[in-house]
Amino acid sequence: MNILFVLIPLGLALLGLAIWGFIWAVNNDQFEDLDRAAHSILFDDDPIAPESSDKPGDESA
Amino acid sequence: MSAATAPAGAVEACFHCGLAVPAGSSYSVVVDGVERPMCCPGCRAVAMAIIDQGLDDYYRHREGHGVNPEAFSPISAEESRSFDDEEIQRGFTRCDPDGIKRATLSIEGISCAACAWLIERQLRRRPGVIDVSVHLGSHRAQLAWDPSKAKLSELLAAVTEVGYLAHPFQPDREEQYACDQQRRMLRRLGVAGLGMMQVMMYAVGLYAGSFQGIDDRYRLLLHWVSLIVTTPVVFYAASPFFTNALRDLRSRQLGMDVPVAIAIGGAYLASVGSMWRGAGEVYFDSVCMFTFFLLLGRYLEARMRRRSDEFSRRLLRGAPRTARRIGPTGEEIVACRLLVPGDWIRVREGEVIPADGVIVEGRSAVDEALLTGEPLPHPRLPGDPVIGGSQNIESPLVISVTRTGANSTLASIVALLDRAQAERPATVRAADRAARIFVAVVLGLTAAVTFYWWHAQPDRAFAIGLALLVSTCPCALSLATPAALAAATNGLARTGLLVSRGHVLEGLARISDFVFDKTGTLTRGELELVAVRPLGAESESECVEIARALEEHSSHPIARAFARWSGPEMRREDGSSPAPKTFCSETATSTGSGLSGRIRGVEYRIGRADWALSLIPGGSVPTFDEADCAVLLVGERAPLAWFGFRDELRPGAARLIERLRRRGVRPHLLTGDPSPGATRVADRLGIERARGGASPAEKLAYVRDLQASGAVIAMAGDGVNDAPVLAAAQISIAMGGGSDLTRSRADSVLLEDDLDALGDAVAWSHKTRRVIRQNLAWALLYNLTILPLAGMGWVAPYAAAIGMSLSSLLVVGNALRLGDVRVSK
Repeated sequence: MNILFVLIPLGLALLGLAIWGFIWAVNNDQFEDLDRAAHSILFDDDPIAPESSDKPGDESA
Repeated sequence: MSAATAPAGAVEACFHCGLAVPAGSSYSVVVDGVERPMCCPGCRAVAMAIIDQGLDDYYRHREGHGVNPEAFSPISAEESRSFDDEEIQRGFTRCDPDGIKRATLSIEGISCAACAWLIERQLRRRPGVIDVSVHLGSHRAQLAWDPSKAKLSELLAAVTEVGYLAHPFQPDREEQYACDQQRRMLRRLGVAGLGMMQVMMYAVGLYAGSFQGIDDRYRLLLHWVSLIVTTPVVFYAASPFFTNALRDLRSRQLGMDVPVAIAIGGAYLASVGSMWRGAGEVYFDSVCMFTFFLLLGRYLEARMRRRSDEFSRRLLRGAPRTARRIGPTGEEIVACRLLVPGDWIRVREGEVIPADGVIVEGRSAVDEALLTGEPLPHPRLPGDPVIGGSQNIESPLVISVTRTGANSTLASIVALLDRAQAERPATVRAADRAARIFVAVVLGLTAAVTFYWWHAQPDRAFAIGLALLVSTCPCALSLATPAALAAATNGLARTGLLVSRGHVLEGLARISDFVFDKTGTLTRGELELVAVRPLGAESESECVEIARALEEHSSHPIARAFARWSGPEMRREDGSSPAPKTFCSETATSTGSGLSGRIRGVEYRIGRADWALSLIPGGSVPTFDEADCAVLLVGERAPLAWFGFRDELRPGAARLIERLRRRGVRPHLLTGDPSPGATRVADRLGIERARGGASPAEKLAYVRDLQASGAVIAMAGDGVNDAPVLAAAQISIAMGGGSDLTRSRADSVLLEDDLDALGDAVAWSHKTRRVIRQNLAWALLYNLTILPLAGMGWVAPYAAAIGMSLSSLLVVGNALRLGDVRVSK
């Protein structure tokens, strides 16, 4: 059962990762519009890529 | 998909907007190889633009018809160009250091994800557009563009091309704050939720250990990791409970957050203490779960409020207001806030007057309906004062600005409104008071029980006191009311009533009096042609045709009534095409009197009787008093006809009054309109208590008097003059077509101006109250049963956890029954 001393801290690290990911998602407006994403699969991708690489919006939350 | 099915039957529907295609019209566009009918050149142009640019995916995936482009009140080319002006842009854009500009656009006509896709694609292919994202819920778009490559006005025009109307929008500070607040809550909820899952897992190990035995070092490990995970949940996720509780205590009040803070803080400290001593229980799992469920309830409530705020803000045309200032170099468009007293401004017909002022030049009629409740425009001559916010109807005016900003008439009404809101009747706060009593009882009981056990069995005293505190404020109880309110609110939003304050649904079930404004609320505020009395040889329909031709280019309410009228004779047998059109030349407006013009060489006048009759020397007509307001049509040789108008009742007004009366609610009519038409509307609807010609302050006094005699009042209104009364009433409902001010301050907004939705809401509030009572009864019953059992140590911790979850699920399930309002009809 000593393996618990490895697995539980590992779980803790994964939890930290999950929380970090969640907060990142909230700060980047991933939860702002839940209806759009469900439909986006229906549409073709945009063939014309905007000429400047589309960097994400400013991070000021 | 539904959009592809062509309607069968004689009347074809326009493929783009879904309106009936007029007979004899031959517009069509080929979509996906099939020729589709179009109702008008506007729809055809939009459909062609969509097809030509390869965006026909829109038609494949849309969930409803588009909006007929003629339905939008267009932005004039001049106003649109003014959006490119640096000074005006400063009001609504942000400029990045690299010269990229960002703005929020408000877009009208969006109905589904296909619309959002279409707009994004259309804008993204324009040169100079860096990024665009359309938000479906709020009907807004975030646009970033390079001003050296594209002009904002051109981008707006590109949106118009595919059938939507976009204008710049400035999110106000309140909205920005709500958005940040929402994010903060979501982050806290996420931390609490993830933490809860993890700690519960450790708790399962600990529970199993307490049955089968567990090595001390493993238990210590599980305790330590639980502590590590719980610490951010308590100090980050649960921090609002602590700050709120502190604030309550400082102001010597007992809010719901006080026992919550004591329970969370106490349980956490007790668990840490147990670990320190190496003996005793830990409650980390309870702490996390309790925090999570409480945050969830509050998050749902906040989301519901934000969504309805979004809906009502969508109605605001948030474009920066501009005015035409007459400067030394000629006319220039400036932002309204730059106007100062003494400036001369030009206001064209149809425009809103931007500030209080005095007419310098020109004569016109001014519509003050939103400010005073009078449906008919007032004639205004040079020297007459005009109020900012009213609409100029007939002809251009030059106005000298007298008051702006905080000194204006509009601002003084806002001040009255703020005062009324601050003095809100105590009944609204009854819920708060009940909560305070509840909290006091809980704290007292906990203290008493803990004190008893302290003497009986000191080692169990803390655990039992804590159990009591946690179980009197459990998830089921805290979810009972918000869940029911959220479900009912969503249901009502679908029928057209947006509720933005939680007390509306509870309160509507208790009202004793319902006060209505007249113009714009019970009536459309639009005149209706109700009687035609021919005086000469011409038939009714001939007279109407002549009048219609005379009034064709006017935007006066009477002209609109003629344009809408379709009496029995106007329709042909085939049902659609109107009589051949009569054309009028040399139309002239005589302000405050009427219109004159020439049709087939004969001069006609329509308007006030004495003025129209003066066309024929010595002419006379029989009197006419069949309607609220009447105009006379006179030809060169003889008077032709009287036309009678009245303020058109909204469909459903009579039904609503009837439904209210059946529930024992007294209807009142309270209007600023001094004309006898006001009381006639009350008579038509059978409202006994009616008062006309009331100023905003008098309206407020009327409602206060009612409240002093113990009445609980709901008030529906639309105008700025109603805003103070709305604020004073226990429940306020603003009409969707009303003024921005009224909508933004009311508890709820009636979106489609559909009075039936109001009747539904009253019925629904009773049902909501029933469900809330069931929920509270269940939650209390469960708690009262589990409390002594748990207190005596008969309930195993895992059983308590399962019971608590099932209890919450039951409450939420019961609340969800409130989601579908129309079922009841």
